[in-house]
Amino acid sequence: MIDVKDVSYQYGEKQVLHHISFTVHEGEFFGILGPNGSGKTTLMKLLSRELPLQQGNIVVCGQHIETYKPKQYAKLIATLPQHIDVSFGYTVKEMVELGRYPYQSTFFPKWTEEDDQVVDEALRCVTLAHKQHVLLEQLSGGERQRAALARALAQQPRVLLLDEPTNHMDVAQQFKLLNLLKQSKLTVVAIFHDINIASLYCDRLLFLRDGKVVACGTPRQLLNESMIESVFDTCMKRHEHPVLPKPLVTFVPFLEQPIKDVLWHVTQHENMVVIETMKPFKVLSSALVGGGMRWATTFVNRHVSLDYRCDDAEQEMIEFLRQQGFDEQWTVGMMTAVDIRDVVFTSAYEPVRFFVAVTAGVGNAVDSANAWRRADAVASPGTINTFVFIDGHLSEAAFVQALMTVTEAKTKALYDKQVVDTQTHTIATGTSTDCTVIAASQQGTYYEYAGTITAIGKQLARFVYEATQMAIDRYNERKGENR
Amino acid sequence: MPKSFIQTFLNNYITASIIAIVALLLGISIGSQSIPFSSIWETLLHHTFHTPTNVPTAISQIIVSIRLPRVVLAFLVGAALALAGVAFQGLLKNVLADPYTIGVSSGAAVGAVIVFFFQLHLSFLGRFTLPIVSIMFALVTLLFVLLFARLAERNMGIETIVLIGIIMNAFFGSVISLMVAFSGEELRQVISWLMGSVAMRGWSYVSLFVPFFIVGSLGLFTHIRELNAFSFGERTAANIGVHVLRKKLWILLSASLLTGAAVAVSGTIGFVGLVIPHMTRLICGANHRKLLPLSFLYGGAFLVLADVVARTIVAPRELPIGVITSLIGAPLFAMLLFKSLKRKTG
Repeated sequence: MIDVKDVSYQYGEKQVLHHISFTVHEGEFFGILGPNGSGKTTLMKLLSRELPLQQGNIVVCGQHIETYKPKQYAKLIATLPQHIDVSFGYTVKEMVELGRYPYQSTFFPKWTEEDDQVVDEALRCVTLAHKQHVLLEQLSGGERQRAALARALAQQPRVLLLDEPTNHMDVAQQFKLLNLLKQSKLTVVAIFHDINIASLYCDRLLFLRDGKVVACGTPRQLLNESMIESVFDTCMKRHEHPVLPKPLVTFVPFLEQPIKDVLWHVTQHENMVVIETMKPFKVLSSALVGGGMRWATTFVNRHVSLDYRCDDAEQEMIEFLRQQGFDEQWTVGMMTAVDIRDVVFTSAYEPVRFFVAVTAGVGNAVDSANAWRRADAVASPGTINTFVFIDGHLSEAAFVQALMTVTEAKTKALYDKQVVDTQTHTIATGTSTDCTVIAASQQGTYYEYAGTITAIGKQLARFVYEATQMAIDRYNERKGENR
Repeated sequence: MPKSFIQTFLNNYITASIIAIVALLLGISIGSQSIPFSSIWETLLHHTFHTPTNVPTAISQIIVSIRLPRVVLAFLVGAALALAGVAFQGLLKNVLADPYTIGVSSGAAVGAVIVFFFQLHLSFLGRFTLPIVSIMFALVTLLFVLLFARLAERNMGIETIVLIGIIMNAFFGSVISLMVAFSGEELRQVISWLMGSVAMRGWSYVSLFVPFFIVGSLGLFTHIRELNAFSFGERTAANIGVHVLRKKLWILLSASLLTGAAVAVSGTIGFVGLVIPHMTRLICGANHRKLLPLSFLYGGAFLVLADVVARTIVAPRELPIGVITSLIGAPLFAMLLFKSLKRKTG
């Protein structure tokens, strides 16, 4: 569709593009990114023929770009500039009608039914049909941009060139416009400032820096930390979009000084154990409140009676946390029916500082391997809750491995304690409502892995195993007392 | 913004045509010898269809040989200047541009004065020497103004063009004064001519003007869509497929043709190209599809009426018509300048 080959450009003495080559395929959403002064806009101006080619070749639809007549080219390529020139005294429709210019003959221009239809369709497409008779100066910035887009669409082009199309637009307008373009199925070549928006919408990206192509490929290929750093000189972390299969990046604006002294603080109340950390910890957990990945400073293990039943346990828990004066946005909260006095704490300093807290009740012990034989479906409290705090920097993979390590250690503890699933009469692997929290300070030593055979995994497994056994013992003792 | 009744009423070719015709009739009727509309009508019919008439020959003579060519010339010059104003404003994206304010009229006047001064008579041009030299001077001045403005400021600010107009007018004004000083008595009359007048020109001047008027008007009326495109900036125009350089030249040439020829037959009449497009834009919006024809009609009517005022206000003497148009135009010019500066500084 568009073939850029070995294109260089200079303003006077200043070389702004060096031997640029890339190809845009039909129907593609193609993003151009780079820091300021990387030559993005110059490249765009070459494509829109605003600047003449100096060196190299640009072929559009199989034909050299300079062989097209202005009108032919306007039927092929429409441009949506960064700053929309608005002329006072024109209505929206009059502006959009200009887009039909290339379709009218020079000497006997005739406005046809088809022209009318295309203009109406373009206006409808940008949802400005109801404002077609409004004067341009009465529109908001976003609406003007959309009016300009409608004019571009009225050209019925095969390619749309956009220079930072969503500048000066609020979030909703940005997504509206981009969704529209995405649905249009046109070939789109666009300059973006926002890497994440580019990742969400573009099929392929071109990274420019100092007038040279750094890389060209899919967002998944290009959005890695070292690449972003080499193009933009900024420290970024990559993560995944929560809903779409797209990579996103996040800036790391500054790094905090690591805290060397007390990192966590435990208070034991009658009905709950609260662990508070001195700095936010990154947490992977299966907790009722704040489950999944998040940052938290407060960890609450709350005691509820065995017959606790609530339709919306999460909401009830949030209200409970609020009453206690905790901010649920920074809290990981879970429940247990176990007497909170039987909590077991252990901590160690090798290979890193870490801390384990376990409460165990095995009333609902389940053998996961044979759970399919069981008839019950509803879980009730009676739980092994495990908290692990690590003063280290864990990768996402390490978080998952730590979770596996901890789970395996817990299971082994149950096995060695001969805890039996009362329904299947086999040895249990856990209980029906177990909860595990892996929290890491994300400072200090970096751990890529935390599996059972890593230095950190070994210690984790050992302490969790011991603490779980001890917690089961205490649980059994108390049950004996009560009997 | 809801349109007022007057705006809606005037935004219509029929109304505009009626106003133009009434202006023409008034122009013929009013003067030292007042002539009723009916006599004008009869005389016109008599001269075109040879219908019988009771109008005395003296009156009919005044109508046909003196008043009629005068109002026709005034109408055509007014229309031409208004069209040229529309073209300059569209092309330069500047509401302050008109043949007079950017100095093109003065340039054309220098051309005309040179023709008088050197008694120029190019044989292959015949009596068209005067308008053609004026047009050439207009075009050269215009190109110079554009070049100058572009050099001075890439984004051609709205005031830049005004300053350039001042420079041009000052320079050409002194050139003319110099020539007048050298020539002694014979060019004295040129001074009153410079203030603009359509008096005592007769049909010969009308016929001198008409060919250029037709070509120039056609040139603009065939570029309505391009004028609209240029109103959104040259970049936009290029993006939608306008051959920018070629179309721009056409429009500039047409506007110079209209301005140069108008100056050649009637001197420098200021601000018509500013007042009329501005008023018309208030009536019909900025779209040239309507702006151009309505400016044509209202521009013509305006100058005919201005001429009526010029020759009656201090009767039996006559004022130069440029005095009247400047009296109306200069304050409007000031207001527009003030408004656009205010918009800029917020």
